Amino acid sequence: MDKTQLLIALALALFSLGLLGVIVRRNLLVMLMCMELMLNGVNLSLVTFAQEAGAAVGAVLVFLIFVVATAEIAIAIPIVLLLVRRRRTLDADAYADLKG
Amino acid sequence: MLESLLAHLDTILLVVFGVSALVGGVLVIVLRQPMRVAMALISTMVFLGGIYGLLGVHFIAAFQVLIYVGAVMVFMVYVIMLLDTRDPAQSRRFSPLVVPGAIAFVLFLGALVYGVAGGLPEAAPAAKAGGSFGLTEFAVAFLNEYWLHFELTSVLLLAAVVAAVAVIKASKADHG
Repeated sequence: MDKTQLLIALALALFSLGLLGVIVRRNLLVMLMCMELMLNGVNLSLVTFAQEAGAAVGAVLVFLIFVVATAEIAIAIPIVLLLVRRRRTLDADAYADLKG
Repeated sequence: MLESLLAHLDTILLVVFGVSALVGGVLVIVLRQPMRVAMALISTMVFLGGIYGLLGVHFIAAFQVLIYVGAVMVFMVYVIMLLDTRDPAQSRRFSPLVVPGAIAFVLFLGALVYGVAGGLPEAAPAAKAGGSFGLTEFAVAFLNEYWLHFELTSVLLLAAVVAAVAVIKASKADHG
């Protein structure tokens, strides 16, 4: 098993662990952190492939993804705080009526 | 013995960092307290930064630590400290979806492993000839070709700030 395969396997494992976390955890903030875990897994695969191909463009893309992730968190956290203020809980089940 | 160990130090460190990152990822799923989950996620991100450093993309390792650990996770930790720890959601870990979620996880992982075990596609020969790249190549490509994208991210960040303020305003209006 060479280096690239090892890193891609790690990226897959991190992505699927994050997905599992988003499905099974109850706390909204923990679900958000699991999404970050998924994003980290995808980033790892992107860096691995960029390094493999010797493409500096991949690194530029990773930088832009970091900025987008920061913007995403800057929006997501106020939304979570707004939800908590309304229902006084972080339990995702308390918002089940949102499914319409 | 020592020489062979030193010769493979790169690979050994890569495996150690990879396994540690994986352990951190598992801890994110199983730990109960959100603060411990945040710490596990921070350790995963730092180990991923170490992997990026080993791959030779040191600037991405620096971004990973500065932006993810330094900005995103510190923000997350502040919010965890702000919130009420008596909330039952803090102590009950799993939603009712835990069994279907685990089954879906196993199926998904099986499909991914089956897809990757067949071997990864070869990189295009033209790209392969490029070899590894460092900070110089990144900086030249970044500021010569992608400066417009960089400027556009500032618009995105501005929009994010305005949206965050709007969300807080909306919640204030609801509660007087």
